[in-house]
Amino acid sequence: MTATVLGADWQTLADAVGLGAMYALMAVGIGLVFGVLRLVNFAYGQMIMAGAYALAFAFERGWPVWVGILLCFGVVLLLSVAMERIVFRPLRAHSPAVMLVATFAVAFLLQSVALLWFGSLGKIAASLASLNQPVTISGVDIRKISILATVVAVMCLLALVLLLGRTSVGLHMRAAAMDFRTARLLGVRADRVIGSAVLISGVLAATVAVMMTVQTPLVTPDFALRDTILVLAGVVLGGMNRLVPATLGGFAIGFASGFLGGALPTGQSQYLPSFLFAAVILVLLIRPGGLFTRAGRQAVERV
Amino acid sequence: MRRAGAAVELLGPLALVAAVALIGTVVSTSTETYVVNALVNVAIVVALFVFIGNSGVLSFGHVSFVAVGAWAAGILSMPVEEKPAIMPNLAGFLRDTTVGNISSLAIAAAVGAVYALVVGLPLMRLSGLAAGIATFGVLEITHNVLRYWETIGPGLSTFSAVPETTGLLQAAVGAVLAVAVAFAYGRSRYGRMLRATREDAAAARAVGISVYGQRLVAFGLSGALAGLAGGLYVHLLPLNAESLYLDLTFITLAMLVIGGATSLWGAVIGAVAVSGVDSVLAEAENGLHLFGRLVDLPSGTRIVVVGALMALVLILRPGGLTGGREVSLAQGAVRGLLTKFAR
Repeated sequence: MTATVLGADWQTLADAVGLGAMYALMAVGIGLVFGVLRLVNFAYGQMIMAGAYALAFAFERGWPVWVGILLCFGVVLLLSVAMERIVFRPLRAHSPAVMLVATFAVAFLLQSVALLWFGSLGKIAASLASLNQPVTISGVDIRKISILATVVAVMCLLALVLLLGRTSVGLHMRAAAMDFRTARLLGVRADRVIGSAVLISGVLAATVAVMMTVQTPLVTPDFALRDTILVLAGVVLGGMNRLVPATLGGFAIGFASGFLGGALPTGQSQYLPSFLFAAVILVLLIRPGGLFTRAGRQAVERV
Repeated sequence: MRRAGAAVELLGPLALVAAVALIGTVVSTSTETYVVNALVNVAIVVALFVFIGNSGVLSFGHVSFVAVGAWAAGILSMPVEEKPAIMPNLAGFLRDTTVGNISSLAIAAAVGAVYALVVGLPLMRLSGLAAGIATFGVLEITHNVLRYWETIGPGLSTFSAVPETTGLLQAAVGAVLAVAVAFAYGRSRYGRMLRATREDAAAARAVGISVYGQRLVAFGLSGALAGLAGGLYVHLLPLNAESLYLDLTFITLAMLVIGGATSLWGAVIGAVAVSGVDSVLAEAENGLHLFGRLVDLPSGTRIVVVGALMALVLILRPGGLTGGREVSLAQGAVRGLLTKFAR
């Protein structure tokens, strides 16, 4: 028999935590770049998509798993550095809204390049499919990937906390996120800080790509698009300006969509995106700084 | 002189719309569809311009006003006997009512305006990034609801059986109407006040302009134009919820940005230019004979090209093709050039 919590079984709960963990990683990736550049990277999902195609490419040729993962990281990192050089850098002086439109364009561009290159039918990346099997823990079936995703996310976040708190580049990044101009005046190198933020966010995107292909082995051009939109909403929900609230927001929206999507009947869960986005709009109006920030940190312009 | 300049600002975009419509009269029927589509795009992009161009606030949400306009016009103009087959769960009133072509367009505009006002009432307090994300939320919610709520429409199915009344004439009249309304608004007291808030919100407030109020006016007006465009669109081809979502948002925003977001001339020229490029590429994706050679591009080329164009324009020429200026007589252009160099 299956135990239930709030009408949902443990499997749903574990999946929701796994999804939340994955979204939290994406939220960190988006939040880091936003911190130093004030740029909302709409094209973040397309980096994950590129990584997923790399995995599919390796799988089709029967290469070992580690080669595929290496290729995935290589492709995503290359792409993120290229994106920074070609798109982010010339746009640095522009308003956040212009940069948002620009990354929106880049997202569509990359998606169509994938469509051109690989077709709309999609490729299979199933080299890690065995992780989809459930493992039985005291009578409860939980998919291995849900556990793995949670563990990997926690490890990544811990590593990030150490990096940001204990290294000089982390210190520079935090300073730049607080006040970029003052940080530069005090000798923080802009290109280096931005470069490291983009690289770390690329590493996170590649990690997410590996985990996401386990759950969705079919890689199509719109792979991770929906997830990115949800994570963006979650980041706003939590609070864009600080990393921890943004991460919590990402986790919350992943958990909520995983949990409610699994627990509610289809008739109701199909309207789930509406409720999530209505919540986002409500938060923007009532607590523009985000749900998980302390009051008084007003950062959003109002009229 | 000033009046002549203003006339040129209106006549320039109108002449372009008329030229496009005239091209439509001489080409083959299959090409004519592209021309009509381009004219509908002009209407949508002009609607976007009325808000984004004048206020300087980003909106990803305007396609939702296009969508509700299309829904309203589509449902109400579909013949009563066709409705049960396509929309079995439709509410009683909508099921038993059918209106004519023109009334359906008027209703589409009204529904678009009302929806935009309702949405704008809370949202117009936001600026910058927050406005972008919130209007994106509006797009998501509208798409989600229209896609699944079968009491008010076809849900996942396509709007077939809507009378296809949007030919060259109707599309051209619609585009001209949108341009004329946008021009009149831009010249009016309200348009000027809103542009003042775009240039310097604090200074505008200091002289007594309500930033919120002016933005709301523009949002409602552009919602009406977007709704009208949606009505035109649904009378042109069978739409569904997916055709009024991210792709349309992307392509219309690209048109506005490429043309130059801060001028009506830019909106119209961007819509026409990108529609032209898009149509040629769409034909080429199906195989096109060009100068005696068969050009056969793989599908997806269109978005790659338009996306690359948009990114390039944003990076190299943020003002768009027109530099965000209105069309002017040669004299004005020279003066503009001189002041540019004088700086």
